[in-house]
Amino acid sequence: MSNPHTSSSGESHGSVSSYIIGFVLAVVLTVLSFGVVMTHSLSPAGTLAAISALALVQVLVHLHYFLHMGGSSEQRWNNMCFVFTVAFVAILIVGTVFIMNNTAMHMMSR
Amino acid sequence: MLGRLSLSAIPLDVPILVGTFIGVVIVGVAVLGLITYYGKWGYLWKEWFTSVDHKRLAVMYIILALVALFRGFADAIMMRTQLALAYAGNPGYLPPHHYDQIFSAHGTIMIFFLAMAFMTGLFNFIVPLQIGARDVAFPFLNNLSFWMTAVAFILVNVSLFIGEFSQCGWLAYPPLSENQFSPGVGVDYYIWAVQISGVGTLLTGVNFFVTIVKMRAPGMTWMKMPVFTWTAFCASILIMVAFPVLTVAVGLLGMDRYFGMHFFTNDGGGNQMMYLNLIWAWGHPEVYILVIPAFGVFSEVVPAFSGKPLFGYSTMVYATCSIMVLSFLVWVHHFFTMGAGPDVNAFFGIATMIISIPTGVKLFNWLFTMYKGRIQFHACMYWAVGFMITFTIGGMTGVMLAIPGADFVLHNSLFLIAHFHNTIIGGVYFGYICGMNFWFPKVMGFKLDETWGKRAFWFWFVGFYCAFVPLYIVGFEGMTRRLNHYDNPAWHPWLLVAEVGAVLVMLGIACQLTQLYVSIRDRNLPQNRDVTGDPWNGRTLEWSTSSPPPVYNFAIVPHVHELDTFMHDKENGIDTRQAGAQYEAIHMPKNTSLGLACAVFALIFGFAAVWYIWWLAAVGLVGVIGTVIARSADKDIDYYIPAEEVARIENEHTRKLMAQAAE
Repeated sequence: MSNPHTSSSGESHGSVSSYIIGFVLAVVLTVLSFGVVMTHSLSPAGTLAAISALALVQVLVHLHYFLHMGGSSEQRWNNMCFVFTVAFVAILIVGTVFIMNNTAMHMMSR
Repeated sequence: MLGRLSLSAIPLDVPILVGTFIGVVIVGVAVLGLITYYGKWGYLWKEWFTSVDHKRLAVMYIILALVALFRGFADAIMMRTQLALAYAGNPGYLPPHHYDQIFSAHGTIMIFFLAMAFMTGLFNFIVPLQIGARDVAFPFLNNLSFWMTAVAFILVNVSLFIGEFSQCGWLAYPPLSENQFSPGVGVDYYIWAVQISGVGTLLTGVNFFVTIVKMRAPGMTWMKMPVFTWTAFCASILIMVAFPVLTVAVGLLGMDRYFGMHFFTNDGGGNQMMYLNLIWAWGHPEVYILVIPAFGVFSEVVPAFSGKPLFGYSTMVYATCSIMVLSFLVWVHHFFTMGAGPDVNAFFGIATMIISIPTGVKLFNWLFTMYKGRIQFHACMYWAVGFMITFTIGGMTGVMLAIPGADFVLHNSLFLIAHFHNTIIGGVYFGYICGMNFWFPKVMGFKLDETWGKRAFWFWFVGFYCAFVPLYIVGFEGMTRRLNHYDNPAWHPWLLVAEVGAVLVMLGIACQLTQLYVSIRDRNLPQNRDVTGDPWNGRTLEWSTSSPPPVYNFAIVPHVHELDTFMHDKENGIDTRQAGAQYEAIHMPKNTSLGLACAVFALIFGFAAVWYIWWLAAVGLVGVIGTVIARSADKDIDYYIPAEEVARIENEHTRKLMAQAAE
């Protein structure tokens, strides 16, 4: 559709180099996670902390390099949708843990 | 070669199904024969099946919804008749195996194929017109969504004559729906029908979200957006958030059944309570997906027939948004009795009760809109006022059920059944039919007959109370849902009354059909034609176009000055159409058959997966992926309507307007 107000979606969709940087970072972070688990180089608690931290960085890399989220004003809708999604996913996950944990205690289903 | 499909899958031993099959074949052959006789196949294919025009898709969605209404209502009246008969030793006429399929199909069809299809039809017709857009953001996806929904409905109906349908209720709770207890194909039909239509619904949600965010006419800020569009926006968000949860829940159940996994089995380490948690994390937002647009319909209809602007526009918007968020915080009230402690149940019980506050705000807004208005008691107003009364009662019984202690008594009783029919018929169905009466002239260019519309309303209204108030009572008396037969003499008279109610509702549906027939027959009478495109002195942009609107909707994209911009323009002598202005060529999407092709492959895949015909399933899956790739590679997807053609269509409409004004 050629409506003038639809062409405002002209956000940058990244360049080849930004995609390559993102891809390399994603691969490195994945390899590190697998490495930490497979080599048993840390204590179990340390392993858990390490892969959690790596997963978080992985999420941020994906958001920045592949979903092109950032601080610019064209990204407002992108960011808003993301915040919304995170909020709803959090409601679902926190709610599920709350419900199922409580139910499991009362029903001795664990 | 044919998996587990064999001739024995055809239920020749069930006379009701054989009779239905013969009936469907006769009607089907008659319809196909008439289309062939009148040589309309090319027309249907070019103008409808392959159309990406949101207005055409809207009509097809609503026709699909009405067909689903027949099927769903046939199931309903069969259940009521069974319960009127099956008392004190009489087994009734439906054996449990058949009866269980009927109540499962009734719920599945009414929600997924009547309500969702009708809602999407209304979105499709109204939203682009209300925001001054020429089509939706993704016209091809729109066509694909429709066909996905349609083939899923076909799959459900195939289960009537080949194999069986699920006997596990409309949400297929495990462990009953696992292979161990449901080894047949019924649950598989359910799974694939829900998954295929789920794709369609999810795409619809994405499509309308983007359309409303990106394609509003210049000047239409968020708080100048019509309320129906607001409700469509909130429902789209809920679809995008909730439907993936359904897909996952049903998908995990499918993995249990197809790959021998143990997500929800009770002997292999699964946890069936997680299924309840997931399915209702979708299921509760789902009922708000359905009812929020119905609220939107009333917010358009009540001002139009009260001759006043909507009372409290901004509170209406805030109430809609808060219902949207709250609807995601209440899902436990569907399973208070599952075993969670008072902390969990109290939290979700209170959250549920809080929803009645924004809903109450809406009701008062409609009442205050009517207050001191010049109310015309048009058939639309009948549905609207009937809704306010019925939905308020349904809402109050809902608050009763939201009290966990009371719910322990009422859970899975017919009280619950009466409650949700009270909100879904009184809210969703009344709302959509009200919308159909309201926007019909815009769609077809002539009005629906009012006398038959009012008769339909009265039969539905009285029939509804007659059918469901007895269920409240027997629910209190301890009758549970999904009973096949019973021997409690106290229940029997009430169930006879409920049967009468179902017959009254049937007469209501008959009146609706007569209304359609009479309106089409008398469409050329001057009092029925909608020449101006604005039969009700409407307030929003859709009434500024001709009826039916031209394919491009707006020759000149309107400029929005105010909330209710069309009314503002009329009052200030501004021509919203800008007739006679310099027209330009209009860029439009081209029709495509790939949506239909993709959906047919999905149907083949679904059917083959149900029957374990793996080679055919592979064909279907490759076909689905192939058509999507073919579409992505297709560059020939748009065309221009030349400026002269636009000018010709617009001048024709202007000439008609002048002729009308001169009379």
